[in-house]
Amino acid sequence: MKIAVLVKQVPSPESPLPLVSNEDWLDESQVAYIMNESDNYALEEALQIREKNNDGEVVVVSLGPDRTQKVIREALSKGADRGIHIQSKDKYPTDPLLAGSLFAETLKEENFDIIFSGLQSDDLGYGQTGIILGELLGMSTATLAMSTEIINNKIKVKRELEAGYFQWVTMSLPASISVQSGCNTPRYPSLKGIMGAKKKEIHVVTPSVKDQNQSIKKIYAPSSAKETVMIEGSVDQVVEKLVTVFRNEIKIA
Amino acid sequence: MDILVVLEDNNGTIHRMGIESVAAAQHISNTLGLSTGALVMGKNTNSLLSEASEYDLDEVLFINNELLNEYSSDGYAEAVKQVIDQENPTYVLFGHSYQVRDYVPRVSAKLMRPFLADSISIHVDEKEVSLTKQMFNAKLFTDISPHGDTPFLISFQSASFLSDDAVQGNAKTREVSISLDSSMIKSESEEPFKESSGGVDLSAAELIVSVGRGIGKEENIPMVQDLAEALGAEISSSRPVVDSGWLPPSHQVGSSGQAVSPKMYLALGISGAIQHVVGMKASKNIVVINKDPEAPIFEIADYGVVGDLLEIIPKLTEAIQSK
Repeated sequence: MKIAVLVKQVPSPESPLPLVSNEDWLDESQVAYIMNESDNYALEEALQIREKNNDGEVVVVSLGPDRTQKVIREALSKGADRGIHIQSKDKYPTDPLLAGSLFAETLKEENFDIIFSGLQSDDLGYGQTGIILGELLGMSTATLAMSTEIINNKIKVKRELEAGYFQWVTMSLPASISVQSGCNTPRYPSLKGIMGAKKKEIHVVTPSVKDQNQSIKKIYAPSSAKETVMIEGSVDQVVEKLVTVFRNEIKIA
Repeated sequence: MDILVVLEDNNGTIHRMGIESVAAAQHISNTLGLSTGALVMGKNTNSLLSEASEYDLDEVLFINNELLNEYSSDGYAEAVKQVIDQENPTYVLFGHSYQVRDYVPRVSAKLMRPFLADSISIHVDEKEVSLTKQMFNAKLFTDISPHGDTPFLISFQSASFLSDDAVQGNAKTREVSISLDSSMIKSESEEPFKESSGGVDLSAAELIVSVGRGIGKEENIPMVQDLAEALGAEISSSRPVVDSGWLPPSHQVGSSGQAVSPKMYLALGISGAIQHVVGMKASKNIVVINKDPEAPIFEIADYGVVGDLLEIIPKLTEAIQSK
């Protein structure tokens, strides 16, 4: 089983997000980056399949500027076999169709059986790249996977639906599947893994130059749509004011 | 037609977010004077068709093809792609449902045209179109424009338009045929199921006390239950609380849980990820207690308290009980 895992480097939840002066992107020099949360689960799912079959290869693939090699190295230290870094010139494309096309161009000769990706990135949040890649490579696709099982050269996926429902879908391989956070327990790298990762290969690819099909014109902090009444004071004062609001404003009987 | 709305089946009726996209289509149509149509397919085509034809649209298209009776990403992506090829719309609109997230990126790849997903508003004039989307977990907003040839695929976040604003009318109906082969559908789906039985229906609750990751640990949940009981409220939660096993999944509010609209939604230690907010932003009064003044949930709060839950909750319970 040859498995690719798409990982992305995104701002950590605690990172400041200062904007550049012309308001079309972040000032990346002040941003702290981590591996996208759901990508950790995608990696773990791939590593578990390799371990269960006692065979196969897990290749971690990331698109981005040079800084993205940090998350590739992190995935290698957790057990991925090799890495591919698709170099984007300055910043990550803000068009998922372009991103998917760059992945497809790079990976088409690899003939992966499975491509795992996280459900969506915590920065742009399109949730499209892995699925677009699957379509471009003629693969089956599924989103919101909660668990997976390989049966007779097919993959059985438990998908999350709306309103608390789930569904099992069995599809032929090759398949590109995006996984939901919480579907497994991602491992931490071992010291041996961290040392070993230094010797693993990261192949750097410079993709062809293509135009974006959509782009960000402006990025800005949201203005609060609502006027929020802030209740302040000591704990006792806050409690007293809340009870008054419940009774007199919201009119809870 | 200029604007095509793709409607989704929700057990024989049109998915609520589909009606919201009809309202969006009518808004664009009124601004630019464009023609509008909708598309229905699947095993409940007939009932969806009669429901959709009661909206003010020029046409409702339908596909009768048994390979589309059950949803599949392979089949639905190919069907919508073929209808777009035949009808040549400028804008193709969807509600940003789980099903749309599953197959519309493939339509985008088949057509090599952009999918502007999860938009919260649209601005159109004669020269250009731009969509507003939340990014970085709703901490920043962006205005995005598509480039190049149409069609542009666009999906709207739940409640970006109101289904009540969709104008009623009388639409013509027309069958469209597509060419699908069973070999194109490479997946088999089993019946949808619920993980836990005997869940609570929060959709009709008057008062809801909802708890998030900010409560810290499972041992603090009973404190929240006491407050809910004192208020006569139902208890609900955001996803992390359910993922940690502190409350059963039936109590989850949000895109993967229930949608609620109580008289009061008291959010305790909930940060306000989009996935949660879409399920509760229709609440009449939103009261937020959170120790992080930067939590996005404050953006939609009517009343806000920045403070320590573990100090406030027991005293609040006591004050309500002694009333």
